[in-house]
Amino acid sequence: MSDRLKITLLLFPALSIIIVLFFGGLLVGLMRSFNYMPVIGLTEPDLSAYIAVFTDKEFYLSFLLTFHIAFTSTVISCILAVGAALLLRRRFIGRAIVNFLFQLNLTVPHLVGAIGILYLFSQSGSFARLAAQWEMIASPSDFPALVFDPYAIGIILQYVWKEVPFIGVIVLANMQSIGEDYESVSRTLGASRWQSFRHVLLPLIFPGMLSASVMVFAFTFGAYEIPALLGANFPAALPVLAYRKYTDVDLAARPEAMAMAIVIALLSAVLIYLYVRFSRRKAGR
Amino acid sequence: MDRSGTLLGSGFRFLTGALLITWLVLPLIPLAIWSFAKGWFYPSLLPKVWSLRAWEYAFSDTSGVLDSLWLTVGISLAATVLSILVGVPAGRALGMYQFKGKSFIEMLILAPMIVLGIAVVLGIHSIFISMGLTNSVSGVILVHLIPTIPYMVLVMAGIFANYDPAFELQARSLGASPMKTFWYVTLPAIMPGIIVGGLFAFLVSWSQYILTLLIGGGRVVTLPLLLFNFATSGRNDITGAIGMIYILPGVIILILTAKHLSGRSGAVGGFGQI
Repeated sequence: MSDRLKITLLLFPALSIIIVLFFGGLLVGLMRSFNYMPVIGLTEPDLSAYIAVFTDKEFYLSFLLTFHIAFTSTVISCILAVGAALLLRRRFIGRAIVNFLFQLNLTVPHLVGAIGILYLFSQSGSFARLAAQWEMIASPSDFPALVFDPYAIGIILQYVWKEVPFIGVIVLANMQSIGEDYESVSRTLGASRWQSFRHVLLPLIFPGMLSASVMVFAFTFGAYEIPALLGANFPAALPVLAYRKYTDVDLAARPEAMAMAIVIALLSAVLIYLYVRFSRRKAGR
Repeated sequence: MDRSGTLLGSGFRFLTGALLITWLVLPLIPLAIWSFAKGWFYPSLLPKVWSLRAWEYAFSDTSGVLDSLWLTVGISLAATVLSILVGVPAGRALGMYQFKGKSFIEMLILAPMIVLGIAVVLGIHSIFISMGLTNSVSGVILVHLIPTIPYMVLVMAGIFANYDPAFELQARSLGASPMKTFWYVTLPAIMPGIIVGGLFAFLVSWSQYILTLLIGGGRVVTLPLLLFNFATSGRNDITGAIGMIYILPGVIILILTAKHLSGRSGAVGGFGQI
């Protein structure tokens, strides 16, 4: 058997499932977003769904909110993750526990974290009760709205809780394989702690940090259940809005839902490009 | 470098470490407490009455929690086995061979790890309707392959990249059949990868929500769907109990595989999906 045939046969099952289901799903979504469905007699594609979406104020609000959620969560997680990885590089009492909890968090589904955040930060949650005990608030409504709030604070808290360990574990592994020799050299050459972090370590861990961040951004932009549980009703995060339109009793709203899904997919495509580019650079080091 | 650190430095590390530990366990605490609480109302910091009611309910035959648990286990096991079956060959092709268009194929297979989410789910739903696979367990298993396969392929490609095929040639030249060679030479060598990859593929499937909700059409009620329903209906005690049951497999798998979980292995990449 030639190598070529062998490779084709080895790849065939995985590739066919991914292409039929995943890319097929994208294609069908694309067709339906253009109102093109020959099966039910719609043979003339048009842009009406996109026009409806792009002239709807709610879409822009949702898009901005979702971008805010994904961007803020990713940036905060990234900074805290690098800090945590710097900490975990050193010996200290309790390091084994932090390491274990980092890994434990990786296995806890987002939904569980979201419910935990709800019970902690809602207006009758644990923190509100603490505030009441200390007589900082008189009634639950005095407690600041941290879930179902317009700034999506609860959603961001949940993502930060879950993604700090994710980015942290990857960055820590990066740091450990780089070692501390480069930093030591820069320190003996007179660099301050900050300078040796900023100009030596950071550039070395940057590609790994960025590719992990891309995964986080993409996930937080496309995830449904967390904003569905912790988000405000209006504006809702884009995945929630798309799902609502899709399951609307008015079937005419379905192409609009598809158009929103395609917008999210396009953004993801840009992310994949970035991810592949930076993970290549990491591999080439 | 001051490896041991000054007293001030180690004190600072201890404090930030303690802070980190608190933050990491914090959201799980009210969940655990609620599962043993009976009417835990504002503004009590701890429940006035403790009770096993929620757990009794969860383990009773009528609540459907156990049915849902076994259904979820079954779906995740099936998705894991299937993704091992297709992921191992694909991982071998990508890990052992250099060929034209390899990076393009890699991108095709890994794309679902980044794009998944609402973007493709709606289109997939339309395809599944036309194939008659909606509202069925088999449809849900099939759709879970989309996030689990890329992950399995990634782990196996890493294993095969460090694998020496010369052993297979030796076995063959000594007269072993291809089947025997696979069974006695290849399989033992790649087994650690299959186990670790499989366990995490299981967790990826275990944590799926929106794929199950749409493709299962509300008829296939896995544990996360049940958990979401109880969480939004305000039954906090039962939500707490189901939540504890739901995170159990992850904890078990973690204890089994902790040493494989450093960020150096491809295994960690899949956690972006959980």
